[in-house]
Formats: sequence, structure tokens, C-alpha cells
Amino acid sequence: MTILLQGVLDAVSIGGLFALMALGIGLIFGIMRLINFAHGELITIGGYAMVVLADAPPLATAILTLLFVILLALVMERLAFRPLRQASLPTLLIASFAVSYLLQNVLLLIFGGNTKGVNFLPSLSQPIEFSGLRITYLQTVIIVVTIVLLVAVTLFLKRTRFGIQMRAAAEDFRMAQLVGIGATAVAVTAFATSGFLASVVSLLYITQIGVILPQTGLQPALFGFVATVLGGLGSLLGAAVGGFVIGCLAVVLQIVLPLELRLFRDAFLFAILFAVLLIRPQGFIVVRWARERV
Amino acid sequence: MAAERLFGSWRERLWPVFVPVALIVVIVVLASFGSGSLQRTVTDGLIKLVIVVGLSMFIGNSGVVSFGHASFMAIGAYVSAWFTMPAALKRMRLPDLPAFIAQAQVSQLEAAVIAAGVAAAAAALIGVPLFRLAGVSASIGTFAVLAAIIAMIGNWDGLTGGKSSLIGVPVYTNLWIALGVAIAAIVVAHAFQRSRYGLRLQGSREDEVAAKAVGIGIYGLRILAFALSAFFVALAGVLHGHYLGILSADAFFLNITVITLAMLVIGGRNSLAGAVVGVIAVTTVTEVFRRIEAGFTIGDVVVAAPVGLTEVALAIFMLGILIFRPAGIMGGNEFTLPAQLGGKRHDRVVGAQG
Repeated sequence: MTILLQGVLDAVSIGGLFALMALGIGLIFGIMRLINFAHGELITIGGYAMVVLADAPPLATAILTLLFVILLALVMERLAFRPLRQASLPTLLIASFAVSYLLQNVLLLIFGGNTKGVNFLPSLSQPIEFSGLRITYLQTVIIVVTIVLLVAVTLFLKRTRFGIQMRAAAEDFRMAQLVGIGATAVAVTAFATSGFLASVVSLLYITQIGVILPQTGLQPALFGFVATVLGGLGSLLGAAVGGFVIGCLAVVLQIVLPLELRLFRDAFLFAILFAVLLIRPQGFIVVRWARERV
Repeated sequence: MAAERLFGSWRERLWPVFVPVALIVVIVVLASFGSGSLQRTVTDGLIKLVIVVGLSMFIGNSGVVSFGHASFMAIGAYVSAWFTMPAALKRMRLPDLPAFIAQAQVSQLEAAVIAAGVAAAAAALIGVPLFRLAGVSASIGTFAVLAAIIAMIGNWDGLTGGKSSLIGVPVYTNLWIALGVAIAAIVVAHAFQRSRYGLRLQGSREDEVAAKAVGIGIYGLRILAFALSAFFVALAGVLHGHYLGILSADAFFLNITVITLAMLVIGGRNSLAGAVVGVIAVTTVTEVFRRIEAGFTIGDVVVAAPVGLTEVALAIFMLGILIFRPAGIMGGNEFTLPAQLGGKRHDRVVGAQG
């Protein structure tokens, strides 16, 4: 029973992180029809910002990391994706792949290829024990932050002017423009929101793993992309659910797989997800516009 | 006569194959008189050409981007190594190898064909769930496949040598063998592009809904093209393994994926000519940057750029092309027979846009 509860706790905290990850990716896809491969590099760069700011007070580190990652997301939008707004889907896909590779190698140029330790708020990693369950402060923070952010993003999208504009643009970009919604404003808001989500994931995820490399963001981003597909491309709720499911599945596999097979966890994970997609290729939640129109 | 009207005279039809083949033959013959380092660059370029032409069989015709083909390259390289390494070495380094492979006695050519065949079969199998997904989702799926396969290769020590590279792969690839495979790839790619299957796929690339409406079975065609292109990409992997004599999982991950995709995109991903031109352009540019990275002297000053600059330059080159000339250098066109040689002017409609 305790093992089961422990597993549930671990699964919820990892699942929450992947849900935030997938939400950031899904938001950009929903509005721009862009799978942003460089989302993972936003996470990585947040981690390096924490390395650079290691000596600053924790609050300052956190705020500056948030701001820097958001700024970077906006720069990305301006330099790479705004000129490509009329481009076809495959072109956008390849472009974001190029941006991701570009950022990885810029990080390699600046910081080199060696692992760097991140020791942000070490007290967060202290475990709390009650009735045989172990949970770190960090896991608690992750669970709380995930819930708060999911609610906040939902409210932002449903209640605020920018959120409503973004949803309108996601539904029908040209129609939204015709009723006077600025395409650039929508794109900027979307990238800023996505950058904000990435920076939060960065703070939590990098603090948890404690080390950083130029390729660190790749794996969680890949999980995030697959999560958006699993949840149904274009659906934000789907993305969050997909991310949550993948995170939980990863934890479950980690527990049930025998030791010698654990190295192959990701292969098993993707095999399971492919099997699910074989049965339901459109994902969990199908949004209306995602169906092909003639 | 219908074919004549559609595609012109036989001279016109063969021109798109003739020009790229002639181009690489000239480069190879010139290089064979050059220095050892030039020959290495050209051999490496030819191997990449096989990958890019292989990629174009799938990406060019179907319009679906694949980030996963490096995994087929890896499969080709490792399977061919399994069948060609000396038995004693295999017993020592690869204890998990099934007995029939460990004791196999096949020629290098047979091993190459088996390796490419295995990769093609793997591709067909992966294609079954993959192409149930819509275009963009399938692309993400290919990337997940790559990550999973590379993780497996990197961790299955008894089959692949794992984290420590697999050494002792017999070396036989040279300039001429690479040239031969490259020409074969170009000829097959052209034949496929002009076959009914290729044309149907291009139809689905231009307008998926319309293609479905006229009864084109996109699902099966995508799997077919995926397997065919995996076959040639795997052959490139075979060449690669038997060129370096050493295999490691990392060699088949991001760098090779990005550089070959960049070649295809920069040349123009909707035509065979684009694939060839892209390889030549990118090889030239990266070679220049590698020289800068290695350091050169101006007077008494040694200038050396930091490692990673080539990759940054490549990514910027690729983005620039996507933004300013999304259809690539060749703009989706093939080499067409000049009017002086009897070619007709005809405007291509298909494949003009990015």
C-alpha cells in the first residue's frame, strides 16, 4: 500500500511537470500551427541562467531566470518564426528544429560540453516523511505549482482579453484577423505565455535533476511533443492530460521494469504510446479545426 | 505516345538523372587525383548524398518530414558489422549476438543487402502505426522512434558494444564504392519519383484531401516510400561503418539528422536535383568552416574558431533558406534539358511552393 501511494506521489509530481511542458508546446501549436522543437532549449537555457546566477539570492535567480527565458522566447518569435508566418507546416517544423539545434550549439560554444551542477535551493530536496511516505519539498512545490498554473492558464485563456483573442486565433486565424485581432499581438502573447511556462518547468525540472548539459532539454521536450500528439494536437486540455499520462507512465515503467531493462524505459514508453495511437490516432481529445477541411 | 506528351522525349526524361550523375562523377574523378583529405571529404560527401537522396524518396515525394532516418542508418551499419566482423572478435565483444549471426559467413555485399533489407523491414513495421497519424504528428513520431532506437543501441552492450564504441568493423568503403551506391540511389530515386506510386504520393503532398478524393491510398504509399528510403539510408549507414571501422550510437543521432536534413532543405526538398545540389553546397560550406575551426594563419597570427561554430553556421544557413527561399536553391525544379539540345520550355506547377 505504501509503495503504491509512494508511486502515485512520484507519478503525480513528474506527470505535473510534463503536463506544464506539453501545455507550453500545445499553446504554440494551437495558435501558430508550429511544433516548437526549441521549447526544450528554453528549458536548457533557463538551467544555464541558474548556473550563471548561482551566487545571487534565490528569489533574484528565480525572477531573472523567468524573465530571461520569456525574453528569449520573444526573440525567437521575432527573428525566426514571424518571418515564417505564411510558411507551410513542414517548413515551420524544420525551421523550429533548426532553431533548437542552433541554440544547443550556441550553448556548447559558450559553456562547453561538460556537465555543470545546479545547486539551486538545496533545502528543497530535503525529504519529508510521514507514515512511511517520502516526499521532497520540491515534489510538493511541483504539485502545487502545476495545479496553480493549470488553473491560472485556464482563467487567462477564458477570462482575459488576450486569452480570448488567442483562443479566437486558434479557432480561425484569418477570421480573427478580420474582426480586428492583431496577428502579431496574438503571436507575441502566445510565445510569452509559452516562454513563461517553459521557464517555470526549467526552474523546477533543473532543480530536481541538479545537472545541466546543452542537450538536457531534448528529452523532456520530446516527451512534451509526444504528449501533445497523444492528447490530440491543438487541444490544450489534451496536451496537459497527455503530459500527465506520459509522466505517470514513465514512473510506472521505472517501478515495474526489471533492473536490466530500465535502461530501455523510453523505448518501452514510446512503444506503449504508439500502441495507443494505433488504436486512437487522433489523440484523446479531438478539436474541431484539426479535422481536415475541404 | 501519351508518355511522350507528358514527359517529353527520352532525352528530356533522362536529363534529370544524367546531370546529377555526371556532376558527381566529375567531382569524384577530379578528387581521385587530389590529396588524401580531399578524397576523405568527397567520400564522406557521397555517403551523405546517399542519405539525402534516400531521405528525398520519402520526404520529397510525400511531403512528410522525417527526423528518424538516422535510426535506419544505424540499423544498416550495425547489422552489416554483425555479419562481416571476424567470428572471434564477435564472440569477445558481442556475446548477445544470436548464434546464426555470430557464425554467419557471408560476403560484404550480401551483408550490405541483408542490413539494408532489415532496415527497410523495420521501417515498414514502424510505418504501420506511424502513418495512421496525420503529417505533423507522424513527424514527431519519427523523432521519438529515433530517440528510442538510439537509446537501445547505446545501452545494449552485448549487441552493439554500448557506450564504448564497437571497433574492428572491416574497412572496405572507398571513393568508387561510395560513387557506385550514390549513382544507384539517384537512379532508383528518379525511377520512384516518376513511377505511378511516386506521382500519387506527390499528389497527396500537394493536396491530401484531393488525393484521397481521387482514390489514392496515402497510408500504404507512405509506408512503401518510408521503407524504400530506409533501404538506401541504411546502405549509407553500411558505407559509413565500413569506412570508419568504428561504430557508436551517438554518430547516428542529432548531428547527422540535422546536417542531412539541412542538405535536403537547402537544395530544395521537392526535387532530386535539390538533394544533389544541397549536398554539394552544404559540404562546401561546412568544409570551409571546419578549416576555420581547425585554425589558419594570417601572417604570424594563428586564428582558430571555437568548436561548434560549423553547426551554428549550418543552422543559420538552413533558417535563412527557409525564410528567404523556402523551396530551396533549386526551387523544387529538376535539371531540364536546355532548348539548344532539343528541350521544350514547360512551366512546372507542382512542387513550386515551400
